[in-house]
Amino acid sequence: MHPLHDHWFNLNRRQMLKGAAAGGLAFLGGPALAQLLAADTATTPRPAGGLPDFPHFAPKAKRVIYLYMEGAPSQLDTFDHKPGLREMFDKDLPDSVRGTQRLTGMTSGQARFPIAPSIFDFTRHANQQDGLWVSDLLRHTGEMAGEICVVKSMMTEQINHGPGVTFMQTGHQLPGRPSIGAWLSYGLGSANADLPSFVVMISQGRGQMQALFSHLWGAGFLPGEHQGVQFRAGNDPVLFLNDPKGVRREDRRKVLDMLAELNRREAESNGDREVLARIAQYEMAYRMQASVPELTDFKDESEATLTMYGPDVRKPGSYAYNCLMARRMAERGVRFIQLYHRGWDHHGSVVKDLPMQCQDVDQPQAALLRDLRQRGLLDETLVVWGGEFGRTTYCQGKLTATQYGRDHHPRCFSVWLAGGGIQGGISYGQTDDFSYNIAEHPVSAHDLHATMLHCLGIDHTRLTHKSQGLDMRLTGVEPSKVLRSILA
Amino acid sequence: MKLAVLGMDFARGPLVTRTLSRLLAVLSVAGTPLAGAGAGEADFNREVRPILADKCYACHGPDAKSLEGKLRLDLRASATAPAESGATAIVPGRPEKSALIERIESTDKDERMPPPKSHKTLHAAERAVLKRWIEAGAPYEKHWAFVPPVRPPVPEIRNSQFVVRNSLDAFIIARLQRADLAPAPEAERERLLRRVTFDLTGLPPTPEELDAFLADQQPGAYERQVDRLLASPRYGERMAVRWLDVARYGDTNGYLHDVKRTGWPWRDWVIKSFNDDLPFDRFVIEQVAGDLLPEATPEQVLATAFCRNHLITAEGGTIAAEYLNEYAADRVQTVGTAFLGLTFNCCRCHDHKFDPLKQEDFYGLQAYFNSITEKHAENNKAPAYPPLIETASPLAPAGPKAKVMVMQEAATPTPTFVLSRGQYDLPDKKRPVSRRPPEVLGAPLPGAPENRLGLARWLVSPQNPLLARVTVNRLWQQFFGAGLVRSVDDFGMQGDYPTHPELLDWLAVEFRDGPKPWSVRHLVRQIVTSATYRQSSRIVAEVAAKDPENRLLARFPRQRLSAEEIRDQAIFAAGLLSEELGGEPVFPYQPPGLWEERANGSSNTRVYKRSDGRALYRRSLYTFWKRTAPPPLMTIFDAPDRTACVVRRTATNTPLQALAALNEEQGLESAKLLAARTLTENATTPARLTSMYRRVTGRTPAEADLGTLSRGLDTLLARYRAAPDDAAALLRQGATPAPADLAAADLAAWMLLANTLLNLDATLVRD
Repeated sequence: MHPLHDHWFNLNRRQMLKGAAAGGLAFLGGPALAQLLAADTATTPRPAGGLPDFPHFAPKAKRVIYLYMEGAPSQLDTFDHKPGLREMFDKDLPDSVRGTQRLTGMTSGQARFPIAPSIFDFTRHANQQDGLWVSDLLRHTGEMAGEICVVKSMMTEQINHGPGVTFMQTGHQLPGRPSIGAWLSYGLGSANADLPSFVVMISQGRGQMQALFSHLWGAGFLPGEHQGVQFRAGNDPVLFLNDPKGVRREDRRKVLDMLAELNRREAESNGDREVLARIAQYEMAYRMQASVPELTDFKDESEATLTMYGPDVRKPGSYAYNCLMARRMAERGVRFIQLYHRGWDHHGSVVKDLPMQCQDVDQPQAALLRDLRQRGLLDETLVVWGGEFGRTTYCQGKLTATQYGRDHHPRCFSVWLAGGGIQGGISYGQTDDFSYNIAEHPVSAHDLHATMLHCLGIDHTRLTHKSQGLDMRLTGVEPSKVLRSILA
Repeated sequence: MKLAVLGMDFARGPLVTRTLSRLLAVLSVAGTPLAGAGAGEADFNREVRPILADKCYACHGPDAKSLEGKLRLDLRASATAPAESGATAIVPGRPEKSALIERIESTDKDERMPPPKSHKTLHAAERAVLKRWIEAGAPYEKHWAFVPPVRPPVPEIRNSQFVVRNSLDAFIIARLQRADLAPAPEAERERLLRRVTFDLTGLPPTPEELDAFLADQQPGAYERQVDRLLASPRYGERMAVRWLDVARYGDTNGYLHDVKRTGWPWRDWVIKSFNDDLPFDRFVIEQVAGDLLPEATPEQVLATAFCRNHLITAEGGTIAAEYLNEYAADRVQTVGTAFLGLTFNCCRCHDHKFDPLKQEDFYGLQAYFNSITEKHAENNKAPAYPPLIETASPLAPAGPKAKVMVMQEAATPTPTFVLSRGQYDLPDKKRPVSRRPPEVLGAPLPGAPENRLGLARWLVSPQNPLLARVTVNRLWQQFFGAGLVRSVDDFGMQGDYPTHPELLDWLAVEFRDGPKPWSVRHLVRQIVTSATYRQSSRIVAEVAAKDPENRLLARFPRQRLSAEEIRDQAIFAAGLLSEELGGEPVFPYQPPGLWEERANGSSNTRVYKRSDGRALYRRSLYTFWKRTAPPPLMTIFDAPDRTACVVRRTATNTPLQALAALNEEQGLESAKLLAARTLTENATTPARLTSMYRRVTGRTPAEADLGTLSRGLDTLLARYRAAPDDAAALLRQGATPAPADLAAADLAAWMLLANTLLNLDATLVRD
């Protein structure tokens, strides 16, 4: 027998004897599997994995919470305050500003491009600079101005949702590339053996809903185990997590012990170590059956905490609920926590839809930042907020004093970052007076990704995977830059 | 090695493993055991080019835009001429005078190649290969895959102790002997029948079929089983599944609205083509250009749906030119991967960095595919967009009709230009292209029409060095888990060198020009009747140490069943499977809310409505495939999402798979009905345990396993006899009730036992 195999079989025999001697959960005359497996480094998935030499340098952040606003929030009505536009109500956007960029088919046929200033009031919140103007629709978020860094000069080349979201999440506009969460799971591995390293949660908004695609959290050409695991609302948060009615946990334990006994014999007869990996995965599944309900059970949360997140926190599947879940996952070492909040696509009425949409997210996301901070987790958790593009300064449809809509606008939009590795209380980049073109420091999705990876101790040019003969990477082939001036 | 969910690796630390496998990779490149080359020579195609391509071509290769110092190492003339600096990279026969060697051995980081910014390093073994190669005169060869295959002689195997059943075995054994390895003995009969039954039909054998095979002691018993299976209509269903991946077949349009489309008659055309053994050259021609064939039949037009299985958007505001360009590019990429094994994605935006494929080659191909009578989709409710054909399933010509999107050539070809950076709105008017195959692969066929039909005829002609190789390689992968060229989607310079180059070429020429030209069924029969295929899968440590990845096939590889096979096996073992062939897609069990929580508000696939009756129990390939939310059981077990051409599925091993196999409703219902039939059909506990075990693993259980199972059964019987409510609750799984005359507690206990058996490694793997 080959020495490695020898070692492996002996190790398992030894562990088996140890387990049997300990008595414990002996069932069917076999070894006490749970105990045996818990002690057996050969079959227990370690909270590890990841690539050698990763991270490349000391990381500031250990994990990411990405608050994705699906549908593209209007920057003009949230973070990119343009008070000067009030004077220009219903005036035509100058051709010199509009230029020759492509427009979506929804407004390209419009006879006029009348300027629609934001109808909402803004408040200046103190930060490390001369204050941050935030729409009053996001008052709670504004109060966290000292923690967040708003990037006002994001840009993209995508003008439709499908490719736009796909670009923000995978660095490429077409489906099929690994998402940023999958890249991180691949590079850094997991920090918790009982939970997946990349988790996705979706909440429904109020406006027009765009489709969400599973490829947004897919592994692309990376090994499949790095794909995001969607946690769903309700009592089956992971697909097929619950045993059927009539099967109790101790029944499942017995069945798994029986299964492992048979599988172990199979492994000894065919010499295939993949069988042992399968036993280990069944054991992890069993542990997830305990760790996931524990994760989703808020009974250990104080009343003060729950209140901070707002009343929706008790509704599974709401953004507030998902924000608290995000904090609980952060505590447990989930590497990449991806939230999607849908419904930001306000073509028809920003005036009517945006306030409701902001109400959904404002208090919960501010609470998330506070909660992370008070637990000492904010410094090691990178929080990112934003959508796939911005919205036009000119009105889509009919403009009145109390009514306007906005079309897709790829040339500028706002995102914010907070926490691990990020300098709080600043803004970065500027748009022109119309929030139409970038005046200073354009930032691409690749730049944002490179910066996020940097906070996690990763040189984005060295996070690669060979596919179709190329060393593929999240940040693509064109040069991209880490935004050093926003780093802590 | 497959990694478990957290990238963990058992028995050895992950780092150790990785270092080891890298070392092995280097060693095998460098010509030790697996490569089997002598120390003196360095084979350009096998050893040298992979090093140059991986480490040097990015800056010293075909891509003009990123070329450094005007030095190209992919061209001998450039590499051996004095460069801008005056130095000569390669002086044939004189490594000590070659700047290349000086630079790769330099310890000065400003001098050393490859430079630090490339994040590439050359290992000592690789440097030695380059040195030996220059010493030998630095001979270049054309990339092997671009040279048409020639039938090599079949090796003579002198050592008669090994079974040679057909020519395939001779190549395999000759290679094993060079590495001092021997083939494994033939697998036990039960395992062999289960293996070949899954491989040819996607389902397990019945106990009756196992008994018949065990009882048949006449010569040719195995071959008779093979012929029986090849004649089954399930063969076509089995073969179709993989082709649906290649053809990115789905039942919705993807993108924003992801609305329902009615392309399923094309899926049935694929099943019928395999069952009729439509020659593969015609299979290709009809899918690429069936509409252009003289007096094309409706079925030949239907075949071209292959070219239109891509995603389609009808999102408001999308720009027609952008998406029509996208669809044409998708056709190029699919045809490139499926029929040429080449990656054309790169040269959409720039010349390929590693392969001699230029942007002109991409757009030269695209020019074949961008001139059809399609319009940008605007109505987001239509089941199909013109050009389309209204047709019934070829499997049931009298059945209901559906509209299927197909190809129809426009009156005049669309003028085509290279697109700068691949942008649809940046045609480079100075670089018009005409329709032609990639230059490195040769010229169009003389006299052939300058359209898709001409391209299709070229694809299947002997002038194309790739189609036959790529096809036999993909089929080889289907049976042995890995291709002779591991990179099934990349036969270019960055792809893997074949483990058995002569066998690959022999198979390719045999497939194309042999006694049954282009017969897939014949090729499949040759594979599954070979001694190589019939080997035991048992892993022997000494052999595994020499060939850890089983590249040389000294055993049959154990492989986890596919998603479809796992579900179909459970339904089949339970006696539930509906045998109906083809037809409209169906909606089996699915957890509530999966469509609703993701769908666009105006999509007509927003609400999942489950099928009833027999439609619940159709084979998995008939499950409705919604691209933005594919069937969860399928994707959990590694089926692709069908948004792009996929020629290879990876087999992962995750806890989500464990949860799905344990708790999914169809699996539980199958366990219930497997238990019920087991109780009804057998009288004693040992007979029942044996029968149930055999239905899912194909094997007779060992004494020790029977012991484990009967002790487990006793515990479960006691448990459910004491808790009738739990028994009743458990038995409520699934729409089909168990016979009422069976005692509920006993049935529940047997059901949980069946659930266990359906989760056995021996059940989930074919070995």
